[in-house]
Amino acid sequence: MTTPSPAAQALLERFAACRGWEQRARLLLEYGQQLPALSPDERTDQRLIRGCESPVWCLAGWPAGRLQLQLDTDARLLRGLLEVLRIRLSGLTPEQLGEVDLADWYSQLGLARQLSGSRSNGLNAVYQYVMQSRPA
Amino acid sequence: MLQLAVDGQTWLDSAATAQKPRAMLEALQQWYASGVANVHRAQHRPGERATSAFEQARGTIARWLNAASASHIVLTKGTTESINLLAHALAGQFQPGDEILVGAHEHHANLLPWQQLARRQNLALRILPLDTTGALDLEKGLDMLGPRSRLLAVSPLSNVLGRRHDLAPLLQRARELDVLSVVDGAQYAVHQRPDLQQLDADFFACSAHKLYGPDGIGLLYAHPRRHALLQPWQWGGEMIEHCDYHSASARPLPLGLEAGTPNIAGTIAFAATLDWLDKLDSNAIRQHEAALHRLLIDGLHARDMQLVGQPDTALACFNAPGVHSADLAMLLGEQGVAVRAGQHCAMPLLHSLRLGGAVRVSLGLYNDAEDLQRFFEALDAALEILA
Repeated sequence: MTTPSPAAQALLERFAACRGWEQRARLLLEYGQQLPALSPDERTDQRLIRGCESPVWCLAGWPAGRLQLQLDTDARLLRGLLEVLRIRLSGLTPEQLGEVDLADWYSQLGLARQLSGSRSNGLNAVYQYVMQSRPA
Repeated sequence: MLQLAVDGQTWLDSAATAQKPRAMLEALQQWYASGVANVHRAQHRPGERATSAFEQARGTIARWLNAASASHIVLTKGTTESINLLAHALAGQFQPGDEILVGAHEHHANLLPWQQLARRQNLALRILPLDTTGALDLEKGLDMLGPRSRLLAVSPLSNVLGRRHDLAPLLQRARELDVLSVVDGAQYAVHQRPDLQQLDADFFACSAHKLYGPDGIGLLYAHPRRHALLQPWQWGGEMIEHCDYHSASARPLPLGLEAGTPNIAGTIAFAATLDWLDKLDSNAIRQHEAALHRLLIDGLHARDMQLVGQPDTALACFNAPGVHSADLAMLLGEQGVAVRAGQHCAMPLLHSLRLGGAVRVSLGLYNDAEDLQRFFEALDAALEILA
């Protein structure tokens, strides 16, 4: 089990302080605004993750063996969910990435429902995509 | 239904699948608890009992649909399988260049089997356009039916547009031109009891699970004038009339299209559901649903929501100006209101309307004004956050 980074720890504390769905939603919107948008040119079909109700674009690189992640989508809350994912995964090594328990992460944030199989917002698909981008 | 209320959930996604009546649950329980057997096979008494219950259920289903005979009802997994079955069973009826016509509003289940058949056999797939209200453009549709037309596949009620289409003129023209006609009744059968003899289409498909019945059972009605055209699409089990190592022949309809052990429990429970529906006052239900639908539309208009088309039955798809449908659906879900967001298995239609998605609210006979009030409260709260 990898320990979340300081940024992820801070995020965790902010979500833990939320009372009710409204505060969590507002916080998600706030994080969604921080997620840098990709330019239209960068939104290529190759980077498009299929199987999501809203299209999600993903760019994963491994400079110096650590994950650098860019994610983008149009839906604002989904942007927040992606930013929360980006903060948790950024800077991890390939080995650390394999040890992340995504369900546990979203559950700690009070967002477990957003990861369940019946929701097709593609968070699992993004994680799988990033896993496959790991250098051999 | 009760358990949903206990969990604080408001079910407004009946167009996806409906909640179940006690009569259906009891029929399932009784069938499995009283000793099962396979149908159309054994000589023992449990086998006879099973066959008789199964065929009686087929009779109930046929009567409910006002089909002329139970032998016109082929039991399938559901609408999707019924239409896929047809696209294979009718494959021999097409020459390259023949036309298949489908509505622009069709669910993927009534588009993709025909699209793929057209690709396999080099047929022309033509799309019947809609008018601005979301109804089929009858004039254009009638013009498109011509000498090369071989099959017409349409739905009288779309799962996105919630608007009833009058198919009678198209079906009549199809009969005159000897064009095969297929009606996808998955949504329609829930809100208007079908009269298949009056409709007079060659084929009609619907699913039990949207009709308050069990999952995994549905039907294909085939008019007897078309029975001889249908070739078996799956082989095995009791659909065989004669068989040796190198050849086989199939039994006549309906058994010849029902390979393998059928969904006996589902069929019996589906018939029990229809018996239950039959005892309800269908006029009262129609009025109740119409009144709820008006409430829904009025409430959406009052909030300046953008409706997709002009829905008149059972459901409404909409978007809030400047708000992503996925965001809205997520916040409604957070508040225990079960609606559906996305493209509703009708991607080409949403694409042609230049919509990335929409939120759909759909009604069942068990919904009431309180459900809609909870929906609108949740909608207001969600919009306040997303504004």
